[in-house]
Parts: sequence; structure tokens; C-alpha cells
Amino acid sequence: MAKKSNSLTYEVVKGLWNENPVLIQLLGLCPTLAVTNSAVNGVAMGLATTFVLLCSSILISVIRKIIPAQVRIASYIVVIATFVTVVDKFLAAYTPDISKALGAFIPLIVVNCLILGRQEAFASKNNVGRSILDGIGMGIGFTWVLTLLGMIRELLGEGSIFAISIMPESFNTWLVMILPPGAFLTLGIFIGLSNWINERRVN
Amino acid sequence: MSLLTLFISAAIVNNFVLSQFLGICPFVGVSKKVDSAISMGIAVTFVMTITAAVTFIINNFILIPFELSILQTVSFILVIASLVQLVEMFIKKMSKPLYNSLGIFLPLITTNCAIMGLALFAVQKEYSFVDGIIYAVGAGAGFTLALVIMAGIREELELAKVPKYFKGAGITMIVAGSLALAFMGFAGLI
Repeated sequence: MAKKSNSLTYEVVKGLWNENPVLIQLLGLCPTLAVTNSAVNGVAMGLATTFVLLCSSILISVIRKIIPAQVRIASYIVVIATFVTVVDKFLAAYTPDISKALGAFIPLIVVNCLILGRQEAFASKNNVGRSILDGIGMGIGFTWVLTLLGMIRELLGEGSIFAISIMPESFNTWLVMILPPGAFLTLGIFIGLSNWINERRVN
Repeated sequence: MSLLTLFISAAIVNNFVLSQFLGICPFVGVSKKVDSAISMGIAVTFVMTITAAVTFIINNFILIPFELSILQTVSFILVIASLVQLVEMFIKKMSKPLYNSLGIFLPLITTNCAIMGLALFAVQKEYSFVDGIIYAVGAGAGFTLALVIMAGIREELELAKVPKYFKGAGITMIVAGSLALAFMGFAGLI
């Protein structure tokens, strides 16, 4: 298998850019668009997803040999749903504000195709060590895109980043950026830019 | 709220795809042709409606009386996964070409957040059984509408000159942005 030749460092680094879950693989777009109306929400969502991804990857790569192939998807989903419940209750108990802002999108981490996708494509075929590295890489890759999207949308839509005012008083906020259309437009431009950067790197 | 208002609200004003960002994956993946967009929309609407009914029963007659609401996420996703399996078997048996054209996106209905989102919203908003079903049909209709409009535009886009780096996902997102902008115009409808 070609994958075996990947160095351990690459397993982490690939998630950051080359196989970035959002920009390249287009996975997990729903939370990416929905919660990035502020930088804080982007970070929180990114970290919550990373936690679920990492824990599920560890558990699934440990038990990968005893899961019957026919019911593997259902088993993965139960594992993921368990960790999502943990995150949901944890956030509700310790950071009620964030939990309220993210709303239904916390329990919806369970249907984030990024997580199920990594279990199917990676954790179910690789040992625990590699799965942890892959989970960390993909998680960070997801988090930085969400954070950057959140920062840009918050900056243009509310003139602040992490709720700290940046723009001068005279700046007219672009309300549309924190509304649904702004999410689609920003992500579209992001994807276009990443294609451009990739092509320039190849040449 | 009357049932008609509930339907219109779910289908147009609070459109699942364009204003609540649910079900973006199939929205990007299956919106290349109008035909497959319609069948995908119908399949999703069907799963949504049954999910709404079954999750209502599970939530109100099992989870709440036995104080097991911590198991909500796990039990809902299992209901959805088994329903999708059923639909998949049904479509495979009834229409092989349709089955092939939906491809990988058929099993992926399980991880379509529109369906899970619908189940969670219906519980959060404490809809009655009938309200929940109308809400599901409305949301499904809205999903189908968004998907078909997008597919129509993308068929035309094939002929348009799109900047090289924006081909595919990039331009789809930007078109979706314009659609979302248009749908915001419905905000004052109800």
C-alpha cells in the first residue's frame, strides 16, 4: 500500500494544506459555513470537532479488527455520536455562551462528513499512532480554516476580531458578511484562492 | 402557527440549505444535473418525513419518560441510518439507473445534516406530531427547490467562461451566495 511510505510527519502535515478537509476535500462544509460568523465560534467549533475526530479515530483504530465489515458505518456512527454527546454536555456545562451560540451545530458534529470520512478512509486501515497523527492534522486543518473564515467575516461584518474592535469608527460594517450569503461568498473565494496558490506552487 | 405558515417558513423563508446551511454536501455534490437533483430531493424529503415521525415517537414515548434524553443524538442517528438503508435497498430494487446516478450520495444521506438537523429542531421547538411532519415536508420541499435551482444554474454554467481557479466548487459557492442573498428577500414574508 502506497500509504505506508508516508512519513509520520507527513501524516500530520497533510491535513494542514495538501489534503485540507475544507479547502481540498470539501468535507464538513455545513459547520464551516454556519458557525463562522465570528472568530470565537470558528475556534470553538474547530476544537470541538478536533476532539471528536481524535477520540473516535483512536477508539476505532483500536477496535478496527473486531468490527464486522457489514455494520462498520453504523458502528462508527455510534462511536462518533458518543463523543459528540460528551462534547455537547461539556460545553453546555462549562461554556454556556458558546454552547448557545453554536446551538444545534454541536450535536450536528455527528453528521460532519469529515469525521466519518476519516474513520472510513484512514482510522479503519491504520494503527493507533498514525490515526492519532492523522486526527490531529485534519483537526488543525479544519480549525485554522474555520478560524480564518470567522476572523474575516467578523472583521468585515462587525469591524472586530475576537470581539476586539479593529476597524476605525468611520468603517461601515458589511452586514451581509455575517449573514448567510457572506458565508458562501467568503468560502467560494477561499476555495478559488487555494486553487490558485496550489497551481503556483506546482509551477 | 397555522400549518401553511409552518410549511412556507420551512420551505422558503428559513430554507434549510440557503439560510441554515444544512445539507451543503449533497447541495454541492448532486447539483450537476436537474434530473438527479430532483430524485435526490425526493429521497431526502421522504427520509426526512419518516425521520420526523419516528424520532417524535422515540423522543416522547421512550427518551422523555425514561429520562434518557442524553441518548438523543445516538438514537436519532441510528434511526436515520436504518431508514437510509431501507431507502437505498428500495431504490436499488425499483430503479437501477437512478441508483447509479445518485451513487455514493445515497448512503451519504445518513450524514446529511439536514435530516439530523430537522430531527433536532423539531425537538427543540417542541412541535406536535402533525406540526413535525408538516415541518419535515416543508424542509424537504425547500431542500429540493434549492437543489433544483442550483442544478439549473450549473447546467448553464457549463457553457459560461468561469475563471480557471473558480471552476467547480468555488463558483458553486459564489452562486449559492447570490441565491442566499435572493432568498433573504423572503424574510418579510411571514
